[in-house]
Amino acid sequence: MNQPVFVAGTGIISAIGDNVAACLDALQNGNAGMGSMQQLQSVHKNRLPVAEVKLSNDELAKLSGLSNLKSRTALLSLVAANEALANAGIENLQSLRCGFISANSVGGMDKTENFFTDFIANNNKGRLRNVVHHECGSVTELVADALGIKDYISTISTACSSSANSIFFAARLIRNNIIDVAVAGGTDSLTKFTLNGFNTLMIVDEQFCQPFDENRRGLNLGEGAGYLVLVSEKVAASLKNKPNIILSGYCNANDAYHQTASSPDGTGSFLAMSGALKKSGLQPADIDYINLHGTGTHNNDIAEGTAIKRLFNGHYPKMSSTKTFTGHTLGASGGIEAVFSVMALQHGVVFPNLRLQTPMVDLPFVPERECIKNVKLNHVLSNSFGFGGNCSSLIFSKV
Amino acid sequence: MYIRATGNISPQKTFGHGPIDEAPVVYNGNRLVAIEPDYKDIIDPKLIRRMSRIIRMGVAAAMECLQEANVKMPDAIVTGTAYGCLEDTNSFLSKMVQFNEELLTPTAFIQSTHNTIGAQIGLMLQCNNYNNAFVHRGFSFESALLDGMMLIKENEAGNVLVGAIDEIINASHTILNRLGLYKQSNICNLDIYQSTSKGTIAGEGATFFLLANEPSNTDYAKLDGLHTFYKPASVTEVEQQVNNFLQKHQIGIGDIDLIITGKNGDAASDKIYDALSTSIFNGKAAINYKHLCGEYPTAAAFAVWLAAKILKTQKLPAIIDSHQFTEKKIKKILVYNQYLGIHHSLTLLSAC
Repeated sequence: MNQPVFVAGTGIISAIGDNVAACLDALQNGNAGMGSMQQLQSVHKNRLPVAEVKLSNDELAKLSGLSNLKSRTALLSLVAANEALANAGIENLQSLRCGFISANSVGGMDKTENFFTDFIANNNKGRLRNVVHHECGSVTELVADALGIKDYISTISTACSSSANSIFFAARLIRNNIIDVAVAGGTDSLTKFTLNGFNTLMIVDEQFCQPFDENRRGLNLGEGAGYLVLVSEKVAASLKNKPNIILSGYCNANDAYHQTASSPDGTGSFLAMSGALKKSGLQPADIDYINLHGTGTHNNDIAEGTAIKRLFNGHYPKMSSTKTFTGHTLGASGGIEAVFSVMALQHGVVFPNLRLQTPMVDLPFVPERECIKNVKLNHVLSNSFGFGGNCSSLIFSKV
Repeated sequence: MYIRATGNISPQKTFGHGPIDEAPVVYNGNRLVAIEPDYKDIIDPKLIRRMSRIIRMGVAAAMECLQEANVKMPDAIVTGTAYGCLEDTNSFLSKMVQFNEELLTPTAFIQSTHNTIGAQIGLMLQCNNYNNAFVHRGFSFESALLDGMMLIKENEAGNVLVGAIDEIINASHTILNRLGLYKQSNICNLDIYQSTSKGTIAGEGATFFLLANEPSNTDYAKLDGLHTFYKPASVTEVEQQVNNFLQKHQIGIGDIDLIITGKNGDAASDKIYDALSTSIFNGKAAINYKHLCGEYPTAAAFAVWLAAKILKTQKLPAIIDSHQFTEKKIKKILVYNQYLGIHHSLTLLSAC
């Protein structure tokens, strides 16, 4: 029940690159992915910057092998999941029990939006092919079928913490001997539904976001997908490239404060981080780098920062929000940032928190403004907090 | 592990722990509608006003379950929903399209996220513990149940509130109708098993369980096992999955006193149940349940609730599919459900 679960592969697509190597390059060179909307068609086009994946649906279809008529959320998912599996290079995959545990926030909403335009005018109108994959789980199945995975398939949706939860649910499935291998993470494409939803909450920044800045104004929405291939100890031992990173800690806690806002003292964030530390058997001082949730909203950053202040008091690790590069990718963010955390461990690099000008006055620490290379990292903490008070933290460790 | 308590809002009079052997509520047409309780006895009226229908149903069923268990603070809350909060989603989406992305308010958006029900329960209880939401079509409930079972096995939780919630709204009923899921004739819910036509009847519900590591005097049943499988290629594969599942739990089909199957009146969908009834389930006492709750992705939660209720009360609902049922004590029940031929699940329960 407590056997280590190894990270055997990573795959990613985001606004800063279509694969792990491209993302690493952008992260090290400080190239953010935000810009004006090119793919999404919205009336907010000229006002709200977004962090879009630069490829069209046609190009994503070509890259993934899935039809260009499918939800962009599925297309992004398959690109990243394919890379993760190829990277893991598990030769006898067919003989192992394999699971696909994905996450997303609004399923095939990008297509449903098109369907609804016609459907609202006339309930007999609207192409059914645009609504048939509306369910979150349907997006997962399109990708699972393309990957040829069928032993265990599930989807989690806990808003912005979704894919952190899918990653550690997958690890528990391995520990409970239900599967041997899991592709786990999440995906979300930009949709008008979410853009307008966040816009009504008045937390979308009209400029490029500035997480953990005293004068932060809000978040930029982004899109993408990120997956890890998790394997049991036995499978890890059989691989040519023996993995040396484990998911050592995880915790899911609830803030129980408000449907969308975080409690001022970050109760949920504190419980998630301290619970993950407890699970891993590590002390706060052991953590070398925190990949912050760091959305750039006033509320999140002070709640998360306050929780870090309480937990790490006197032992502040290096920190940064990579949402300064990718925007907030919602249901994909836990997966994308898990991949970044693993990359940080693999390459000994702490990614910068871009555009940080004035550190928050209420916090005794400042996230890293510059990329730090050749640094020895053993334990990285990744935070994902969301609507509904859902807070999850993951810890990745070198072994 | 044990099912200590339940809470169920369905198209039958299930809320309030009523008897299951009285005449079922009769529906004519292809849509069964959940019978909702008077919420003001259960939820603060100030909160009720802000909640959409599915949130009210979910929260009320969860509260009934916790009250029966006499648990104020569960160690974990796990929900499953295939469609999520459709009314809120539909509301925000429709306005967004109609008003061309202008003049929108956040309430419907905030409540449209799939974790809203679990989050609202957590908020009402001030529960900071584990809180998760599964959204995988016909596996949504089973994934939530497995998560709860694993939390108990891992000693991460002594008790877990597990629930499944799905609603039908006019728009979703219209769309699923157009996709051919439902019968077009004016069928009565009690007659669906005799029907040979295409489609089933739509249903909805909110069904919660309190799973507990330790037994109590008021348990419904023991929850012995759960297994899901995806898109089986043939009847033979389904039979294999059933046999492997029983073997894993060191029993044979002869040890099962009653099977609850997910027949729904759709000719194509029911083929697998009919095939099994002449092969591995041959001669076994079997009952159906979808005339009671209708078909929906998380309907298996109703079946597990029914199994738990039968094991506790030793009473059966009015319609029994098999005439071979004998009056002996029901000790073990196997629930076999499948949704659209894609999501298959087996749940094994036994009397305490």
